[in-house]
Formats: sequence, C-alpha cells, structure tokens
Amino acid sequence: MSPILSIAGVSHHYGAKQALNDVSFDVEKGSFALLLGPNGAGKSTLYTLLTQLLPLQAGRIAIAGHDISTAPRAALAGLGIVFQAQTLDLDLSVEQNLRYFARLRGMSGKDASRRIDEQLERLSLNDRRGDRVRALNGGHRRRLEIARALLHQPQVLLLDEPTVGLDIPTRQRIVDDVHDLASDGQATVLWATHLIDEARAGDRIVLLHQGAVRTQGEARALLDEHDCDDLATLFNQLTERKPQAPLKGLTRQDAGGTA
Amino acid sequence: MTNHWLRCMHGILIRETLRFFQQRERFLAALVRPLVWLIVFAAGFRTALGLSIIDPYTTYIPYEVYIVPGLAAMVILFNGMQSSLSLVYDREMGSMRMLLTTPLPRWYLIFCRLLAGSFVSILQVYAFLLIALAFGIDLPPSGLIAVLPALLLGGLMLGSLGLVLAAAIKQLENFAGIMNFVIFPMFFLSSALYPLWKMQETSETLYWICQINPFTHVVEFIRFSLYWQPAPAHLGWSLLAFVLFAGAALWIYSPARGLRGGGGGPPGR
Repeated sequence: MSPILSIAGVSHHYGAKQALNDVSFDVEKGSFALLLGPNGAGKSTLYTLLTQLLPLQAGRIAIAGHDISTAPRAALAGLGIVFQAQTLDLDLSVEQNLRYFARLRGMSGKDASRRIDEQLERLSLNDRRGDRVRALNGGHRRRLEIARALLHQPQVLLLDEPTVGLDIPTRQRIVDDVHDLASDGQATVLWATHLIDEARAGDRIVLLHQGAVRTQGEARALLDEHDCDDLATLFNQLTERKPQAPLKGLTRQDAGGTA
Repeated sequence: MTNHWLRCMHGILIRETLRFFQQRERFLAALVRPLVWLIVFAAGFRTALGLSIIDPYTTYIPYEVYIVPGLAAMVILFNGMQSSLSLVYDREMGSMRMLLTTPLPRWYLIFCRLLAGSFVSILQVYAFLLIALAFGIDLPPSGLIAVLPALLLGGLMLGSLGLVLAAAIKQLENFAGIMNFVIFPMFFLSSALYPLWKMQETSETLYWICQINPFTHVVEFIRFSLYWQPAPAHLGWSLLAFVLFAGAALWIYSPARGLRGGGGGPPGR
C-alpha cells in the first residue's frame, strides 16, 4: 500500500544555516505518526514546507499521491492543519471562524453546517458556538482549531506542537482526542512535538534532531531496538541531551515489550 | 470560475466586513476623521481659500464641496493602510498562514483580500457621503452611483500599496513610521485639499510632485465621476498605479518567496 504522506530527501536551509538535511519518512493511511524532536530540530520548518508556506528547495513531498511541486493545490486540498501559533480570528465567533474556513475550502453552506455541527458536538464545543474566540481559554481554542482542520475531511491532519502552553489535563485530553481520530480511521495524523509523554505504544515515531532523522519506527519496536527502558532515555540518547526530566514517557513495560 | 473560487471570495469578503463592524472603534474613527475635516477644517478655511471655477464644476462652489472627493479618497487611503496593518496583524497572529494554505492560487487569494479591503472602504465612503449630504453639502445624488468604479479602483490601488508596505513592515510597532511617511505625504501632496494650480503658484517642484502622486489621480477620478464627467487621464494613471502596485504585491507574496515576502526565515520569526 502506498503511503498517504511521503517525504523523500528533503533538505532546507536559511542562508548558511541548514535547517533540514535529507529528511525521509512515510506515513501510512490511518496511522498516528509522531514527529518528535527538541526545539530547533526542524519540525516547524518541515511543516512549513508541507503546507507550502516556504518553497521546497530539495527533495520530494507527496500528499495522497499528489507531488507538492507538480500538483500543489491538490496536495494542499488533502491537508488539515493546526499550526503551532494559533490562527483563529479572535474578533469572530466560534461558528464564524468555522464558516470562514469552510468557505475558503469551497464547502457549500449545507455541507458546512452539517460538518460544523458534527465537529462542535464531537469536541464538546456546541455550547460555545456563538462566543467570540477571544473569550475562549487556550484549551478550547486548540480544540476549535482541530475542529476547523477536520471540517473538510482531510486525508492527513498535521499538528505542529498543538499542546504547547496548555495545562496537563487539557493536553492529555487533546492527545487522547486526536489518537481516537486516528484509531477510528477518521484521519491520518502527523503530530509534531518535543513532549515525549504524548507518545502511545502503537504510534509511529520519527525522531528528528538537528534537521536529520535519527531513528524511526513503531514506538515499542524502537525501545527494543535501542535497548532503552523508556522513551525519555531513547530521546536523550539520540538527541545527546543529559537526562533531566522526571517524565519517562512511554516505558517498555507500558508498551508490552521485553523488560 | 468554479464554486470553490466564488465561495472563497465570499468567505473573505464576509470575514473582512464582520471584522470591520465588530471593531466599533475602527468604524467610528473611519467616519469621524473625514467629518472633522469637512465640518471643522473646511469651515475654517472656506474664507481663507478662494476657488475659481475649475473642471468638473460649472460654477463657484463652497470649499466644503471641493474637499468632499478628497476626503472620500482619504477614507480609502486610510483604509488601504489599515488593511495593510490588518495584514501585518494577521501575519503576526497566524491567520495569514491559514489563508495562504487555501488550495487556490496565491494571486487569487491576494486579489480576494484586496477586493474585500476595497469593499470595506466603499462602505465607509458611502456612509461618509450620506452624512455629508445630510449636513447639506451640495452633491449630485446620482453621482453617488457614478462614483462607484472610481472608489473601487482607488480601493484596489491603495490596498495594493498597503500590501507592498505590509511586506516591508516586520512588526506592528513599526507601522506608525510608515503611516507618517506614506499617508501624510500622499494626502497633502495631492489635490485633496487644494486645487493644484494653487500649489503651482507656490512651488513648481511641489506641483510636479503632486502631479505624479497616484493619490492625486484617485482624488480627481472620484471628483469627475461624482459629476458624471469623463476623466480618462486620471482613470489611466490610477489604473497604471494599480497595475504596478498589484504586480509588486503579487511578486512579493508569490509562493516562491515564502510567507513573508522576501524569502522568509525560520518559522515563528
């Protein structure tokens, strides 16, 4: 089966600074892939290339079979995007924000109404639909952005550090919600983060450091392969960081691997 | 044009209009600014400035009648710059990213944004003109229809200039300087407040600067249109300026130059 998202040999530089160096990985349809890396690893640069906000300098990216260099609009049409920085219009209401996006994506009024109802219901935002976004807390805003990204039923949902700045319960809820989306087959997810505790045993992990892929594979298989007891150790080992976080992330025990 | 293209344009128009009406202070300021000029400034200067009969007028006119087209153009000028401020805000707030990831050509998205900005300008100009009529300013009511193309072209031209300026502004804080260096010179070095023959009496150099100022041609195109008079030269110069500014804006915001224009930098900067 061909991957829904394919990244091959992608490199990018800002002047003399190399931000990405020969990055390659695939994401299979219906999977949850975690692009894990410390700050400055190149995650946001990769997302900026995927969303065509910066031109591709080297390599190839295909989304749902559409090469972004030769079929950029078809490739973009298959993406749902949650950027690291919030992109909601604070002066518009929840529903106005969603309707604006639906129109940008060419949805008819009827389809938009149906999908808005579904998404607000699913993310428990129905009672806030008339509120201005300015009045929402950070967690609600993030959930609204996820609802918006799913409105047009994208083939791939990209999320760039979507939980940064949120408290732990809210963070947990969003991580669970998006994992559910992938397991229900509603979306293929590429989730960028530096927070190791957002990984689940069945996730595919791509570990990015200093613009290069250090390792990739299913979470539990990576722990076995690198003989690490937990994801924090693996992360620190491959990113040359001193162990410091009390968070261990996924452990081999959680993952059901060999102890 | 497919449904997607039309829905996208509709969405951007609605968004800009909603934002305008929901920012009440902006709406109020847009109306108060030209009215202060019309009621206070014109009242003070009507005795100081004598006006001869010049096209498109067929008789002597009071000074407040003379400055109405200039003030209508001022509304468009401020709104064009306000749109660029809003673009800088969108860029900082991230909503620009969302717009530019819409799967339609970049030039079309930029054009829709320009059109929406012009639409908001036109709403403000009509509100101003109606209030001016209510204050007893002598304007031909049918001119309110004839002036629409001139307002649209002026809105598109000054909005394009605003887009070009927005690309040069790295942060919102830098905007005030650009306003001072663009809005005031454009407004005062034009025929908005005084006929150019008066300027020529004072300084030939300033007169020629006024002549090449595209804002002068927008003002005159509005003035002639209000009185159903053809103004091919002013139409031509305004159109040329629009093509140049819009061409520059499309080049700056082309996908090959990244998000910011000028090649971009690491995300988040």
